[in-house]
Amino acid sequence: MREVVIQGIGQTPVEEHWERSLRDLAAEAGLAAMRDAGVERIDAVFVGNMLSGQIARQENLGALTADWIGQRGAEGYKVEAACASGAAAFRAAFLAVASGALDAVLAIGVEKMTETSGPETTAALVSAADADYEGVQGISFVGLNALIMRRYLHEFGWKHTDFGEFSINAHANGARNPHARLRQPITERDYVRARMICEPINLLDASPIGDGAAAALLLPVEKAPSGPRPRVVVAGSAAASDSVAVHDRKDPLFLSAAHLGAKRAYAQAGVGPEQIDFFELHDAFSILAALSLEACGFAERGQGPRLALEGAIRLDGRLPVCTQGGLKARGHPVGATGMYQIVEAAQQLRGEAGGNQLAKARTALTQNIGGSGASIYTHILQRKKI
Amino acid sequence: MDIARHWRLRRQRYALEGEQCRHCGEYIFPPRDICPHCGEEAGPVRRMSGKGEVYSFTVVHEPPTGYEAQAPYAVALVRLAEGPLITAQLTDIDAAEIKIGMPVEMVTRRLRTDGEDGLIQYGYKFRPQLTTP
Ligand SMILES: [Zn+2]
Repeated sequence: MREVVIQGIGQTPVEEHWERSLRDLAAEAGLAAMRDAGVERIDAVFVGNMLSGQIARQENLGALTADWIGQRGAEGYKVEAACASGAAAFRAAFLAVASGALDAVLAIGVEKMTETSGPETTAALVSAADADYEGVQGISFVGLNALIMRRYLHEFGWKHTDFGEFSINAHANGARNPHARLRQPITERDYVRARMICEPINLLDASPIGDGAAAALLLPVEKAPSGPRPRVVVAGSAAASDSVAVHDRKDPLFLSAAHLGAKRAYAQAGVGPEQIDFFELHDAFSILAALSLEACGFAERGQGPRLALEGAIRLDGRLPVCTQGGLKARGHPVGATGMYQIVEAAQQLRGEAGGNQLAKARTALTQNIGGSGASIYTHILQRKKI
Repeated sequence: MDIARHWRLRRQRYALEGEQCRHCGEYIFPPRDICPHCGEEAGPVRRMSGKGEVYSFTVVHEPPTGYEAQAPYAVALVRLAEGPLITAQLTDIDAAEIKIGMPVEMVTRRLRTDGEDGLIQYGYKFRPQLTTP
């Protein structure tokens, strides 16, 4: 396998982009990444997207995107893995370059979610669950996570309020991210008083949807021109799956695909949880943040909320989490989210994270979750001296 | 939701038909080709008793398309007496009275009032156990 460098990154703000289409957003982020890398021709584009067929009635995004960024002739693929489509596209691009099959490959995550009504969007999102045995019962995606959170509270004795720090931290960081959907800090009082949407999940436990795109241009290290900027390499890339239906899990309160993926990525990178400087985790719901910390080796079973309560996840803590606002504040345009995580981690590693820049940012862990734990993509990115 | 798909699933929806693995003895719902517990070929067919208890639950206030008329409604993870977990709406109960661990039993109810083909879809829901287990 060849070593792979993230040579360029690009992103659009996460917003309700009423004037921009799916293809415009993908092209904007993709072209920004190519410009950032100084690359004019690519061999392939992998587009991570979940809902284009259901919401925009548009598939064939690989070719469409290649055309819209002026790269007719390049290979194009749409990669779908529910809310993990972004990181799945990144991993596909990584494998193509690492294997030696292709040289310059663009990974783009894109989603346009604000064109349909609430119930339609809810129905589209729940297609990530088991349609015959979960969807048919009228459960929503929030509902599935609520089932997990209620049992977690019951099993481990936490109170709902113990999860507030995940959201407070995300909003504090999002307030300084110019690309974030929500840019106002929240207090403990706001969290406690937030409207219940699917008990025990309230509005401030859940990430907002939005439109957006983020992209990275990958090159093999031997073809990556060195410049004044620190080089960001992919030190570990892993994926794992679990049952799509929550009720089919051996243990619905443990993200086994996150555990497996993290273990594989740590082994590839030759690091353990102790060497991770910050963690861009998938806080679609605050319960998922707790479960990720446990599955990736940062907390014992049932102890995820403790890290947050101790302040360990803040920018000045021992494991900063969601340093640019996470899904909770940056926003969660589902198929784009995994690429936002990777782009934001690369910004930190390059020292370009603005007001949220960490003092120590050498090794990053990013993890993108599709379905309620079914498809999980885990990456370790590292800053390397040129 | 099309008619053929619903027809295909009728034994599961109306009779909780699953399997018991002949290799490891575990019960499986719904039926599948490979046992998720031991990796051997699954089967033979077994009906679940329809008795179980609430493992977790929530109340859906913002439903997906097709379920608006019923909202709000409770959905639970039910641990069947035979072992498998199942996702199902709870019925004949006030949301405030639902508790983790409460005994429930399967009933047949209307799932969707209006499918895309105008099909009325029935299937399992669970209510508090009336009969002694
Ligand atoms: Zn078996």
